[in-house]
Formats: sequence, C-alpha cells, structure tokens
Amino acid sequence: MYTPHTARDIDEMLTVVGAPTLGELARVPDAVALKVRLDLPQATAEIDLLRRFEHLAARDTGVAYRQFVGAGAYHHYVPPVLGALAMRGEFLTAYTPYQAEVSQGSLQAIYEWQTYVCLLTGLDIANASVYDGATAMAEAAIMAINATGHRTLLVSRAVHPNYRVVLKTYADGLDAVIEEIPDTAGGITDWQQLAERLAAKDVAAVVVQSPNFFGNVDTPDEASQQAIKAAGALLIGVVAEALSLAVLQPPAHWGADIAVGEAQSFGVSLAYGGPYVGFMATTKEHLRRLPGRLAGKSVDAQGRTAYVLTLQAREQHIRREKATSNICTNQAHCALLATMYLAAVGNTGLRAIATENLRRSRQLATAVANVPGFRLAHQAPFFNELVVRVPGRAGDVLAALEAKGILGGVDLGRWYPEYADAILMTATELTTDADIDALSAALKEVPARAAAV
Amino acid sequence: MPLPSSTATPLLFEQGQPGRATPYVAATASARSFLPREMMRGDDLELPDLSELEMVRHFTRLSQKNFGIDLGFYPLGSCTMKHNPKVNDAAAALPGFRDLHPFTPDHLAQGALQVMWELERALSSLFGMAAFSLNPSAGAQAEFTALLIAKAYFKNRGDAGRTTVIVPDTAHGTNPASAAMVGYKVVSLKSKENGRVDPEEMRKAVGSDTAVCMMTNPNTLGLFEDEIATIAKIVHDVGGLMYYDGANANALMGITRPGDMGFDLMHLNTHKTFTIPHGGGGAGHGPVGVAAHLVDFLPSPMVVRDGPEGRTTDAHTFHLDFDRPRSIGSVRSFWSNFAHAVRALAYIYANGADGLRKVSQLAILNANYLRVKIAEFLTVPYNEICRHEFVASAQDLKRETGVRALDLAKGLLDSGYMAPTIYFPLIVPECLMVEPTETETKETLDAFVETLRSLVVSAKSEPETLFNAPQHTPVGRIDETRAARHPDLRWIPAQTGAR
Repeated sequence: MYTPHTARDIDEMLTVVGAPTLGELARVPDAVALKVRLDLPQATAEIDLLRRFEHLAARDTGVAYRQFVGAGAYHHYVPPVLGALAMRGEFLTAYTPYQAEVSQGSLQAIYEWQTYVCLLTGLDIANASVYDGATAMAEAAIMAINATGHRTLLVSRAVHPNYRVVLKTYADGLDAVIEEIPDTAGGITDWQQLAERLAAKDVAAVVVQSPNFFGNVDTPDEASQQAIKAAGALLIGVVAEALSLAVLQPPAHWGADIAVGEAQSFGVSLAYGGPYVGFMATTKEHLRRLPGRLAGKSVDAQGRTAYVLTLQAREQHIRREKATSNICTNQAHCALLATMYLAAVGNTGLRAIATENLRRSRQLATAVANVPGFRLAHQAPFFNELVVRVPGRAGDVLAALEAKGILGGVDLGRWYPEYADAILMTATELTTDADIDALSAALKEVPARAAAV
Repeated sequence: MPLPSSTATPLLFEQGQPGRATPYVAATASARSFLPREMMRGDDLELPDLSELEMVRHFTRLSQKNFGIDLGFYPLGSCTMKHNPKVNDAAAALPGFRDLHPFTPDHLAQGALQVMWELERALSSLFGMAAFSLNPSAGAQAEFTALLIAKAYFKNRGDAGRTTVIVPDTAHGTNPASAAMVGYKVVSLKSKENGRVDPEEMRKAVGSDTAVCMMTNPNTLGLFEDEIATIAKIVHDVGGLMYYDGANANALMGITRPGDMGFDLMHLNTHKTFTIPHGGGGAGHGPVGVAAHLVDFLPSPMVVRDGPEGRTTDAHTFHLDFDRPRSIGSVRSFWSNFAHAVRALAYIYANGADGLRKVSQLAILNANYLRVKIAEFLTVPYNEICRHEFVASAQDLKRETGVRALDLAKGLLDSGYMAPTIYFPLIVPECLMVEPTETETKETLDAFVETLRSLVVSAKSEPETLFNAPQHTPVGRIDETRAARHPDLRWIPAQTGAR
C-alpha cells in the first residue's frame, strides 16, 4: 500500500539498477534471510481498515462515562480551531527543522512556545519540549546533578508516583541516589523534614510538585528556599497541571531553579496516555545545561528576521557521548498544539478556564462532603483535584460509581497504603452540574451497598 | 515548487489586544473567591489576546513557511520521510481512542489495550523478537531504555565488570549519547574499506568488559552488514549483548529480521518505518524489542491477553500488567504514545505481511535507482547495491569548484526539494545521505536527479549561485553564529526590558 510503482516502472528501474528481480535486489545472505512465515494478516482495504478500528475504539466504553479522573492527565475543552490548523500537512509532515530556510513556520512556533513557557513559569529560558512531564522531571534531575556535582535527589512523596518511577528508572542509569521527603497528614510536603535531610547529604536537587499529586498547592516557604540554596542544591518545581499556572504563583516566585511539567492540558488529547508534551524552563545561568532543541532568533543573509535551531553544541548529533542528553526527536507537534491553544484562548481565556476549574472542583468538594460518610482528606488550598475519604475501600466505591456510569477518580491506595480509603477526584471546565448531581446521588447509595456486602 | 519568499510574521506577542480573545469557556467567577491571596498569581501574566481569525491567519502563514512531505520530495537520509497515510490519523482520532483517559479501568479500555497487544505481537513477529515494550517515546529514549535493560540483565547475573559499549564510527549520534546516560564507556569501532564493521576489529575490541554492541543494519551508509552473524557471535562469545538501532528498519521488512541476525535487543522508530507523521520534530514513538532472556526486564506496564491461546478474537480480554518485579521501571508518565500505536497498527494492517515486504523492496529499488543515476555526476563512495539509502560525496566537486555539500543542499531547497541529510555519517567527507523511500514515483525521482545534475553543472559554471542559495525560500541562509553567540530564545515584554 501507498507504493506508486507500476509493473513497468519496476521493470525499467530494475534494468537501470542491473538486478533481475525485486527479490534478487533485496537479497541478504542466506544465514540471516527470513525463513518463517510472518504472523501478520494480509493487506486490508482502507474501508475495512477503518471499520476494524471503529470496532476497536467502540470497545473503549470508558469514554462515555461521567469523568472525575485526573491524576496527571486532564479532560479539557479543545477548541476545534486547533485541529483545523495543526493537521495542516506543512506542520504535520515536516521533520525536525534542520534546514531552517524552509522550516520557519516550525521554528517561529517553537520560539513562541519557549516564550509562553517562560511567561507561565516566570523563568528566563525554556527548551522546545521534552517527551512528557515525567521525563521533563528526570531531565531536570540530570541537569541538577551536572550543575552541582552532587548525586542525591530529595523528592517529595507528594510528587506524582509515575513521575517518581521514571526518575528512579533514569537514576539507575546515572547511579544517583533518591531520597524521599515525607508528606504530612495535611496532604503537603513535610517541609520540617527538609532541613535535616539537606544538612547531611550531597544534595543535587529538591524536587517538589505544586499543585501536588493530591491536588494541593505545595510550595516551599522562604526559609526552605534559603535552606536549599545554602545546601548548594537546586529546586526543581514540577507542575503536572499546566493550566494551574494561569492563577497560581509561578515556580520562579517560589524559588524554582528549574520548572518542568506537563502541558497536555493545553489542547492535547488524552489518547490513553500520549503523546503529551513536557515543558522545561530554567534560569540564564543553566542555559548551556538545558537538554534538547532550542530555537533562536537571528537574521538571514539579507538581514531579515529568521529563526534557527541554536546552541547545538549541547546536543547528541554534535557532541555524541558528551551531550547534555540523548534527546533528539521531541514533542514538536504537541508543543505546536499547546502554542495554538494558548494563542486561541489568550490571557483572558486561560484565566477564565483556570477559574472555572477552581469553581467546579469546589462545587465537587462541597457536593461530596455533604454526603454522609464522605469527607475531604485535606484542608489545603487546591486547584482542580482533591482527595476524598470514603467509607470502606476506595476500590469498592469506585466500582459502585462505575455501575452508575461514573468514573469517580483514582484509587490512591494504589500508591499510598494510608490512603486505601481515599479517592483522588478531579473537576474541570468540562464538568457539568449534571455530572456532580449524578455523582452525589450515586455516592449517597454507596454506604448502604458497602454495608450490604 | 519552492516555498514562496515571504515577509516576516509578527510574533503572537506583538499581535492582539487585551480582551479580544474568543471566550471558548464562559467566565463565571473570579479566582479571588477560591484561593488565598498569597497563593494567587498577580497580574504579571501577560499573554496576548487574539481574535480567532488573527490566530488562524498567524498559524496559516507560519505553515506556509514550512516544507513537509505533503509539499514535495523529502530525501532526508536516515529519517524515512515517506507518505503519512491520512487514514492513520483518522483512526487515531476516533473518540474511543482520542478521549480515553490513561487511568480508565482496564475493562472499559479493552479496545486500546487490544491495539497495544496486537501491535506488540505484530512487531515481535516482524522483527523476530520475543516481546516489545511500547513505552519509550522516541528512538533516543528507546536506546536508553534498552541499555538500562542490558544493565539490569548483567546486574541480575552478578556480572559487574561490563562497562563498555561498542559503537561503529558510522553510528547515529544518539547511540554514544545514550550509552553515556547509562554510565557506559563508549568504544568507537573504525569501519573497514568497504564501509562495513570489520569482524577482526570487533574481535580486538570485545572482552569481558563488553556490555553491548550497538549497530544498525543496514548501516548509515545504506550498506548491509553481510558479516552480521559472525559479528554477533564474536560479541556473544564474550558474553556481550547485540543491540539493533532500528532507524533503518524500512529496509528489512519481510526480508530479514534482527532476531535472526543475532540481535538481543532493538528499537524501532515507528515515526520512520511505520508512517507516523514527524510533526516538525515529534512526537515520536520508540518501541523496544528483546529476545526471550531479556523479557523480564522490559518497562512496565505490559499489555497481557487473558483467555485462550490462538488467533486474536474479540472474545479475549486484555489488562495492563504492572506486576513485573525485574522490570527497569518506566520511561514516561503514562503507558505509551498510544495515538501513535494506533497509527502504526493501521499501517501494518493496511499492508499485511506481503505488502510490508513490498514496501522494503521498493524502498531499496528507489534508493538504488537514485544511486545509479546520481553516480553519473557525483561521487558515490560505496557504489554497490545499497539498501534503502546511500551516500554521495561532494568532496571531488568541492575540490574542483569550491561548492560543498551544504551549498548543494541549499540549492535543492531553492528548487523545491528538501535537502538530503548532510555531513552524516561522519566518515564520508562532504556527505549527502539520500533516502527516497518507497512512496515516491519514478517521475519524482527522475525530476530530482535532473535538478541535482543541473546544480552540479552550475557548480562548475557559476558556483556563486550555489554559494548564495537559497534565494527563493521564505528566508535565506541564516546567521547561525550570531544565534549561538547572542542567544535570543524568547520574546521579552517591552516594559520589563532586559532579562
């Protein structure tokens, strides 16, 4: 499929090449030639192909449920204008913009993305993107290790558990040491514990997430920021819900040397986990330690404004084993979507959408807390997610909600044994009164069910 | 047709007016009523407010300054810029896939899990591996993942002294960079006269400290490593592992398999071989395949099929398996670049087993056809049957005329083509690496040859034109030194001035 050759084309070309047949031209030594029959179906015509995939997609019945699931990936409104523009073949079918003269569209968009990330995080410079929030955090840890010469990473237990798994995976490669900063019963990082842990260790970085995995705003105070600095460590601020940056103090404000996170909320589809887009920003002094692509503004031979990939001496195709990272292909098209999203909603829209998330999540909190037997686990201010303590096991409650056509959230016991009776629930601008009413009604029936079982 | 020359497009930040943005979501409250003042962002955030039409025109104009496969021939070596079938995007955009949350319970996400399982099985069969992980996000991350798997494998065996990775001098830059990220020392292996890895050199290079040998086959010169079985045996005999860099997998399908060549681990760039759009530099997708002895170390989660063995039927159920105690962990926030798994599977099913073999055969035919034609007027250092790509060299032309590979590349941009990959692989001076792919017509290849021929002719008569190329593109050659010496990496709000 998708090969345009006629039989005559093939004959003529084989003659030019001097091979009798296609099979002969493509021959490899017998020792390694394919000897088995591949376990693949025969070709499928497009009409049947699409039917096959429609059938498979229809088996994902979860999409039709009322959604209160977040935990690092969020249901948000995506204006149709994004799809109309982003699917243009000029963007979609271009390679990494090495030939800058014919890639000005991609390059200017990256430059605009870098600017948006700087404005949102409050930091000086940002790269073109990293794979996703988790890998952005891991790459930031590598930067911190290189910048400080230290090897210990102090990571808050309130950082997304999946991000911590990825950090641990990367750290195994680097022989770095990861230590946990505990969380308090109040659902934030135990900042009291930070000082003593900083004292004894060769700490490269302190890694915190805000809003944290529980949804709570969780930033170090002045004293903690000072202690991190005094220990010669960097503060890595993680933001897994980029939309929160519209209304919450940016990472630069709370002392982050490197801000990283996930920008899926900016117009990127959930798609069962990817592709998403990690962002990464830092201060001027760490510019040359940034991994990945950077688009810079320059001029062409005639003095016209022109954009180009720059500072490539950091990168793998130049430095090989001495590169700051091996990253090559990144998330350009998702970053383009995010740039388009920010351009579409603007300052006014972004604040309005973030505020709607604040409003809906508080409406959710009130509704849930009003159901006998259910209560909010924490008092801390939150963005659009909250932890709810339930009567009995979280899994049973979620199953009961599911029977009512509701995906009620994520079972926190999966990662935190002390939260086996807790659900992480999320509300966004897509959440409706009807969703919350349905949830509330379903929860009211839960204790009776749990008792019956 | 070259892209038209055009005027500068103002940055988004230089357009719009406060309050002009389209209200996609109604504003119903003030953030102040929901958060303590000290946690709230002040009015320091100043993103532009554009009308939807302003925004549409902005990105449409930017798109017109971009060259993609949809506009013309894209012979970028090692990148496999083949047609990206639109039906794949349609499949990925089906609401059941597009809107599915990664934490959806398994029994409500059976379609997505089946897609991942079927892709994993298809790739394993196609490349002769025991299993694939769909976890890594791109080729470079897949290399890193595979090396972590190797490290975990040796650690599990109590084999502590393996510290080096052997990489031929023709390797992609990501190979040594990935090895360094895992803490391995990199040994570069010099290729022999015929552009292949020399088994004798390999014998000298390996030892009890050899962890992994990273190779691609065909190599980056487009040549098949005929002695690959011997090389694999040399590495295996000292207890090392063979890693296959799948960047060049478009030359193999249905013809030979890394598993049959003796490779223990491999990755694929599904955004190359399996037609996922490159998107201007990602998102990619880099499945990692392993032989049976390494399956336990693959990232988590894996998709597992429950129920009876045998042919795939919709009676089966699938689940995500996180209970993998020997797994290296995970290299991404969520399971996979799933939308790309849909695209890759759609492409595999559209072609079927025979179709994929035809794809690789025709990729080889197109490359050889170009090689023979281009060798008429440009040096082709390894002028023998190649695989899906080949390299030409402008070294002789440069000696004669001063015109370099870079100048030819810029001349091609002026003529409406993407340039080949230049100055890679590093062992060929003034290198032009050409990969036409199987989706191009003979007419396109013929026209390209004639254009390149005329550029070489004009190099001899009027080299200045090429030194000054491109002239007919949105911008001309860019001052890269200035960009690097005085990094301007973002727009700065006027009122705050200096950074």
